[in-house]
Amino acid sequence: MKSFTYERARTPQDAAVVAERTQGAKFIAGGTNLLDLMKLEIETPVHLIDVNGLKLDKIEHTEAGGLRIGALVRNTDLAADKRVRRDYGLLARALLAGASGQLRNKATTAGNLLQRTRCPYFYDTNQPCNKRQPGSGCSAIGGFSRGQAIIGASDACIATHPSDMAVAMRTLDAVVETVRATGEVRQIPIAEFYRAPGSTPHLENVLGPGELITAVVLPKPVGGVHIYRKVRDRSSYAFALISVGAIVQKDGSGRVALGGVAHKPWRVEEAETTLPRGARATVDRLLADATPSNDNAFKRPLVERTLAAVLTQARS
Amino acid sequence: MPQSKFEATRRDVLVVGAMTVAATTSPSAVKAQVPAPAASSSASPVPSGNVALSKVSMTINGKPRDFELDTRTTLLDALREHALLTGTKKGCDHGQCGACTVLLDGRRINSCLTLAVMHEGDNVTTIEGLGSPGQLHDLQSAFVKHDGYQCGYCTPGQICSAAGVLGEIQAGVPSHVSMDLMAAPQASPEELRERMSGNICRCGAYCNIIDAITEVAGRKA
Repeated sequence: MKSFTYERARTPQDAAVVAERTQGAKFIAGGTNLLDLMKLEIETPVHLIDVNGLKLDKIEHTEAGGLRIGALVRNTDLAADKRVRRDYGLLARALLAGASGQLRNKATTAGNLLQRTRCPYFYDTNQPCNKRQPGSGCSAIGGFSRGQAIIGASDACIATHPSDMAVAMRTLDAVVETVRATGEVRQIPIAEFYRAPGSTPHLENVLGPGELITAVVLPKPVGGVHIYRKVRDRSSYAFALISVGAIVQKDGSGRVALGGVAHKPWRVEEAETTLPRGARATVDRLLADATPSNDNAFKRPLVERTLAAVLTQARS
Repeated sequence: MPQSKFEATRRDVLVVGAMTVAATTSPSAVKAQVPAPAASSSASPVPSGNVALSKVSMTINGKPRDFELDTRTTLLDALREHALLTGTKKGCDHGQCGACTVLLDGRRINSCLTLAVMHEGDNVTTIEGLGSPGQLHDLQSAFVKHDGYQCGYCTPGQICSAAGVLGEIQAGVPSHVSMDLMAAPQASPEELRERMSGNICRCGAYCNIIDAITEVAGRKA
């Protein structure tokens, strides 16, 4: 691990000011992903700004009837919150499908959104990777691509986003609240939060320099049956091959987003109008532009069968 | 039988062995042990070859401890190399195996994936704080009774994790296999297997580990 200096932030805006003016500074909260990457020298911050003391650890009601989840609320506490279990079951289920109990006790809401891909070539510092070292090339294209994206990728990167929680947040139309060094507060709909990889896959979201996530806001509950089904190589403590997050109403209408297929949680609102007609019609539209490799062509039928199982479960 | 004055513990032998290797193969590794002046709080990059030091105080197993550490020191390394509490084990050092599990303010975490300097004022409990040879924690006794280990390397992490699991179940934290998110979770074998999935045992003592935890959960219920 490279040496770094360390400070504890006093206010969210102070943290943003220091991060903006310090080249190579990073925020640290749970640290479960950042420290892993620092040990491998994939991340090499020269200065760490510890945001754990910022008291952004509450879950509060909003005037609109939703919930404001502080950026520092731990994954365990979010999944265990009674309001989340009752009204946003999809979110609780997605959180509980991710990581291990130890990691969920440390990992934060904002950190979960910002975690980096688990593409094996991103982790292997002996191999070119445009995400790790811009311009060096993508080893996954033409390499072992079983776990890689099948849609929304680019010639520069075919990595997937690893978060289960983000799939639920996308399905629930969450809004990411931030503060910038100027004190400006932004509300970023999660649909606009993640970038397409394009030619700059190292830029993964729309946060500006020093911009700090302070909360994630959920709109008021939409009811329905909440299901998160994750398919993985082990039955616990593994990243998704694919996952399906869905909210299904009594009349068969609903919402669906996918994990493990793209560089971000994959949701196509227009495809949801076909949900009452079943999984095949919906997935035909949801993954219409998919370009799988031989290694990961299985993901499309796996998504369809998993969605079919989800819709059956929702009806029962 | 009288103890030989040459008798060394296994740990002494390992440490001396490691130092010999470092000294013969990597002079820079020895030089890196020399502390450099503490970096100022202004965020200039740390000059190559120097280390940034930071002070931190925490309570470990009920005792207050003060450290001045290289900022890179994980909580795991602080516990083992600075507090000399070697019960907590380093396995993968990447949060995948759970051998380093300790309790932070009563909640289980991977001590390898957190920096010691991030724990100012915190309360850390390691396996040494859960029980002692003369007064075993219920989980320690149950692991002995049910043969919940073979080589024992993962055991401190397994036991600290199990203590965390029982607390989480009591607090009503659901799991991936909880059928009803609104119901109070039970310490069933299925629940325990899911909740303990962050602790790997290469000897494969899983069945006996679950038996040990089940017995303690039953006694508590």
